[in-house]
Amino acid sequence: MSNIKKAFEGGKAFIPFITCGDPSLEITEQLVYAMEEAGADLIELGIPFSDPTAEGPVIQEANIRALSGGVTTDKIFDMVRKIRQRSNIPLVFMTYANVVFSYGTERFMKTASEIGMDGLILPDVPYEEKEEFDSVAKAYGLDLISLIAPTSEDRISRIAKDASGFVYCVSSLGVTGVRSSITTDIGAMVTLVKAAKEIPCAVGFGISTPEQAKKMADLSDGAIVGSAIVKLCATYGTDCVPYVKEYVASMKKALRS
Amino acid sequence: MSNGRFGIHGGQYIPETLMNAVIELEEAYNHYKDDPDFNRELTTLLNEYAGRPSRLYYAKRMTEDLGGAKIYLKREDLNHTGAHKINNVLGQVLLAKRMGKTRVIAETGAGQHGVATATAAALMDMECEVFMGEEDTKRQALNVYRMRLLGAKVHAVSSGTGTLKDAVSETMREWTSRIADTHYVLGSCMGPHPFPTIVRDFQSVISREIKEQILEKEGKLPDAVLACVGGGSNAIGAFYHFIPHPEVRLIGLEAAGRGIDTKETAATIGTGSLGIFHGMKSYFCQDEYGQIAPVYSISAGLDYPGIGPEHAHLHDIGRAEYYAITDDQAVDAFEYLSRLEGIIPAIESAHAVAYARELAPSMRKDQIIVINISGRGDKDCAAIARYRGEDLHE
Repeated sequence: MSNIKKAFEGGKAFIPFITCGDPSLEITEQLVYAMEEAGADLIELGIPFSDPTAEGPVIQEANIRALSGGVTTDKIFDMVRKIRQRSNIPLVFMTYANVVFSYGTERFMKTASEIGMDGLILPDVPYEEKEEFDSVAKAYGLDLISLIAPTSEDRISRIAKDASGFVYCVSSLGVTGVRSSITTDIGAMVTLVKAAKEIPCAVGFGISTPEQAKKMADLSDGAIVGSAIVKLCATYGTDCVPYVKEYVASMKKALRS
Repeated sequence: MSNGRFGIHGGQYIPETLMNAVIELEEAYNHYKDDPDFNRELTTLLNEYAGRPSRLYYAKRMTEDLGGAKIYLKREDLNHTGAHKINNVLGQVLLAKRMGKTRVIAETGAGQHGVATATAAALMDMECEVFMGEEDTKRQALNVYRMRLLGAKVHAVSSGTGTLKDAVSETMREWTSRIADTHYVLGSCMGPHPFPTIVRDFQSVISREIKEQILEKEGKLPDAVLACVGGGSNAIGAFYHFIPHPEVRLIGLEAAGRGIDTKETAATIGTGSLGIFHGMKSYFCQDEYGQIAPVYSISAGLDYPGIGPEHAHLHDIGRAEYYAITDDQAVDAFEYLSRLEGIIPAIESAHAVAYARELAPSMRKDQIIVINISGRGDKDCAAIARYRGEDLHE
């Protein structure tokens, strides 16, 4: 069984996202351990990109802070090597096509696999462009996570059929960021996925409160939260670890209830 | 390999949220591009509203001064709104209208594309919002006013470097949040498929006219066609119908900024490498980790870290040549054409004029160069005055 599947074994999964190197790679490493202790089931590690077109202002700014601090793909690989000496929690990278492509897709996937990553999410690689990355990811035992959106409609079955790891259900139109309410019929999207393939579905984009997380996870297999956590990193800087830990614990508690 | 490829370049590297929107656009475009009614309406707009065909003007004084090839200027600067941008915009806004969209959004660098979009939106009664880098709203304040005057809402984009690439990113973000009633009028031959093809087709009117006009005036094709290249829409328009004629040199001029050996440059072919950004695979100015470089040029319209995928392909196969022109050379050419021919070119187009000054003397007098004067330079006067140390207030 892939490590990603394990994340969905113990009930509804809570999946936090953090931007590597915001505020520093040392803190990112500590955040991984703290979030695991607080009940996170799978962690998305963002490799910062200069021009993240799928992100709202909160994660855009985190990317800029991380890059200004001198973070690189190689330094992030080194951090993951350290994490893997202590933790087995399922980990996926979340970054943009150019970060992988310019590193050398083969070299990137090979290294990611060697250091113990389980998969990756590339929000600017839709189904039509997937093969270029997925064939290499598969060769190294990594899951390239497929995304579906409220606009996907007739595309969902096709995307789900070829999906591996889990399916990332984008809850709303627009970019990442906190929203006061989510109006998409998530249940219908998940039903279409499950009809095509038995694969876990996690919902992301716009989730920040325990109530939202619970509601989304009830309709699927888990909830993904990024901007709300990144905001804590921005507010508390190098002191963010206990705040993030407490937040993740409260979210996981809501999913268990 | 996916849809919309030019060699290895192009493709559709965009969020899933936008995929059905670009598929819908492709289907609509394929339907209307051969629709007689659509084409009749577009041609009428281009001729009666935008003032086409634009003139192919023999630049006698410049020819004599340089003492080599005969120089013709394709006067896209004489179009309504002052640049070639209107060709593409009238096509896309008409298409959007046929698709039932009621709102258009656009990015703009120098402001020419934003002004053209605001103009077409006013004409065709569409809601219009334009995204412009904060830095550019300062460099091109007059164009911001023009867009507002035309009824558009202008958003100053402060993310990233506050220039054209950030305006494109922000317009893409806006499109993902509101798709059903909104068309993104992309201004250059870049972005995800089908935009590079749509923009190329709507701009190819430039080379179609050049070909007819030069055959009428000279009875033969030109030896070289010169155009400036940022994303590359005026250049692809000026090149397109000459691509099947290998005897016609196609030369694109990029912005070297302060020089291609400095970090303050926007010369993508000169300094970039293969990458994936803004929906396409092409060449980009970037670092070893794929982080997009903060590029620089005196010209807001060429201040972009990438190049359209068809240009990248024409470069790969050696069909078109690309050279870089510095700020200094472009400003000299801006003044040169103004004084010699009484034509003030856009600072973007001045990059092509600058290369003609080098090329023409090395050619025979029976040879012909066509320079695409993609826009007029009124918008640049204050900035060039500042460059020359004169503080000009509009």
